[in-house]
Amino acid sequence: MRRTVFPHKLLPWLLLAPQLAITLIFFYWPAGQAFRQSMLREDAFGLKSTFVGLANFRKVLGDPNYLNAVQVTAVFSALVALFAMAIALFLAVQAEKVIRGKGFYRTLMIWPYAVAPAIAGMLWLFMFNPSFGTLAWPLRQMGIHWNPLLDGDHAMILVVAAATWKQISYNFLFFVAGLQAIPRSLLEAAAIDGASRRHAFWTIVFPLLTPTTFFLLVVNTVYALFDTFGIIHAVTGGGPGKATETLVYKVYNDGFVNLIMGDSAAQSVILMIIVIALTAFQFRFIERRVHYG
Amino acid sequence: MQRTVFWLAGLMALPVAAEAKTEISWWHAMTGANAEVVTKIASDFNASQEDYEVKPVFKGTYPETLNAGIAAFRAGQAPDIIQVFDVGTGVMMGAQGAIKPVAEVLKEGGYDFDKSQYLPGIVGYYSTPEGEMLSFPYNSSSPILYYNKDIFEKAGLDVDNPPKTWAEVWAAARKIKESGAATCGYTSTWLTWIHTENFAAWNNVSWATNENGLAGTPELKIDGPLFVKHFQELADLAKEGVFVYGGRTSEAKQNFTSGECGILTESSGGLGDIVKSGMNYGIGQLPYDETAEGAPQNTTPGGASLWVMGGKSDETYKGVAAFFNYLSQTEVQQYLHEQSGYLPVTMAAYEATKASDFYQKNPGRETPILQMMGKPPTENSKGVRAPNLPQLRDIQNEEYEKMLAGQQDAATALKNAVERGNAAIKEAVGG
Repeated sequence: MRRTVFPHKLLPWLLLAPQLAITLIFFYWPAGQAFRQSMLREDAFGLKSTFVGLANFRKVLGDPNYLNAVQVTAVFSALVALFAMAIALFLAVQAEKVIRGKGFYRTLMIWPYAVAPAIAGMLWLFMFNPSFGTLAWPLRQMGIHWNPLLDGDHAMILVVAAATWKQISYNFLFFVAGLQAIPRSLLEAAAIDGASRRHAFWTIVFPLLTPTTFFLLVVNTVYALFDTFGIIHAVTGGGPGKATETLVYKVYNDGFVNLIMGDSAAQSVILMIIVIALTAFQFRFIERRVHYG
Repeated sequence: MQRTVFWLAGLMALPVAAEAKTEISWWHAMTGANAEVVTKIASDFNASQEDYEVKPVFKGTYPETLNAGIAAFRAGQAPDIIQVFDVGTGVMMGAQGAIKPVAEVLKEGGYDFDKSQYLPGIVGYYSTPEGEMLSFPYNSSSPILYYNKDIFEKAGLDVDNPPKTWAEVWAAARKIKESGAATCGYTSTWLTWIHTENFAAWNNVSWATNENGLAGTPELKIDGPLFVKHFQELADLAKEGVFVYGGRTSEAKQNFTSGECGILTESSGGLGDIVKSGMNYGIGQLPYDETAEGAPQNTTPGGASLWVMGGKSDETYKGVAAFFNYLSQTEVQQYLHEQSGYLPVTMAAYEATKASDFYQKNPGRETPILQMMGKPPTENSKGVRAPNLPQLRDIQNEEYEKMLAGQQDAATALKNAVERGNAAIKEAVGG
């Protein structure tokens, strides 16, 4: 790689300044505030506050509801990441095969990405609302007692479906790009050697896609952890019971509904640590197996 | 659309108008028919005088509005007036220094504040134990029973006599389902507010110790035998598919207006939307449990009140006082009451509505007032208060949902709600 050398010492900093400013204002500052708040116990209006050290953390980690949220989050994120990537890969491979109207299909596939999470949530909510949902009715006709308002598993299926649907477009885009980067010659050579399509996919295409897959794994996990708040808020509100209360939703619920700022801030800090750890882990261990072309 | 254009025009004219008029921001949580009432009241007030301009801003649901207000206060950007739902009353009362008592605002604004002009049950709820009125009761409501007359007729039920007790409701609901008149017999909004807090007051049983929290820190009592019986019946009906659960707040209203369910218990404030749906409905009083001694007692005020935030200029407070004075006027209260189904807050407005033929023409519309005023309140029926009522309701909702899904029986659900609720209260008070 060629090194770019700047004549000035100041110029590189100047070029970095906008990004640094954004990171400082939108990440370090709020993160610092969260740290401070996590060690305080305060009333809702912030009129009285006492320093309590790590008491909020102890309380949060000893709360069975928090452990429930950890479980819910693990199940939710795993399902969303798995389905969003698997379906997107399948569609990308299929879209590659299309000869006519490729652009048209691709545009349609990418479309859902432009939909805001809350609106995506509302769409699915309307389709599957047990009383007036257009798709809930046929489900009931098939003898499935569909009721996400009371059945925790149904609620989970609904939010996973909505979150997955919204993320497929993004993954699709990257898989299409990844597929196009695979040298034709390899596939042709495999075909000449008599490899079946399936065989060629698993031994050539899939391994060559690992950088894309890995990148998407990181992005999708972070997406499932954080960006799905709007969907959960619109579709289930964390319910029924606490069946769809993820870690992020619990931060919101404790902080903004129950007005327990200290607990909520402590949870944000834990969440921050989890994400840092998760990303570090993924880069450290999974990236080793990634084959960069 | 026209309203939007009007607003845009108003915004553009702002730099000129701002010098002359003091602006008063009013954050509210009203939607649908009730939002139109807010807009109309504000613009009528603005047109009625030259000095002040009230600007209503919609801030989302009740909890969202409260949170927005709190966040704004912490950032030093609080609105002048904020609408806070009944459940948030305890939160606001605890925030001395963040708010300015309404009684004080009115007095300083030069208005004679006479408490006896207001409906006692409502004003009592928004006052300190010493009797100082802290917030202005804007929209007070009471839960009532709505029923679909067409469905009643199809099911062979008496169209002119809605069920009065819970036992009668269950029987009617079963008949609706069995006769095929509708797929669902009964649904209800707000299981916490209607089936727990008002259920307690209406049947004169204790919701919590210390006069339900009005006299001090409460300890929940909602696992008493009457509650267990009631919720077990509800759970059984849910299992049979006769009762359909709509959600934690007012979602179930849709199950009723769509014709899916024959009977609904909902806030009287939900009336506007039910009228708008054009359905053939009837109103009855909130059902009670006939085995409870002295039932029906009285219901407690729900809805919301307007709080004035602290630290504003004298000029602003004068404007707020003028606006509240305007709001208390008989014609305005009458308009509010007749359009929205919320209760009038002054005696004069109630008398004026009575004197007109409104109640004759709209049978059932007096029901929520009679429910609240029928009997002098006991220590079980003045209202409920807790420093963390939103959280308590969340806990109850979670336990009720598990119960309705068949994962636990009513006794367990209520026992859990009490244990978790009391622990949360202790935490909130200790913290």
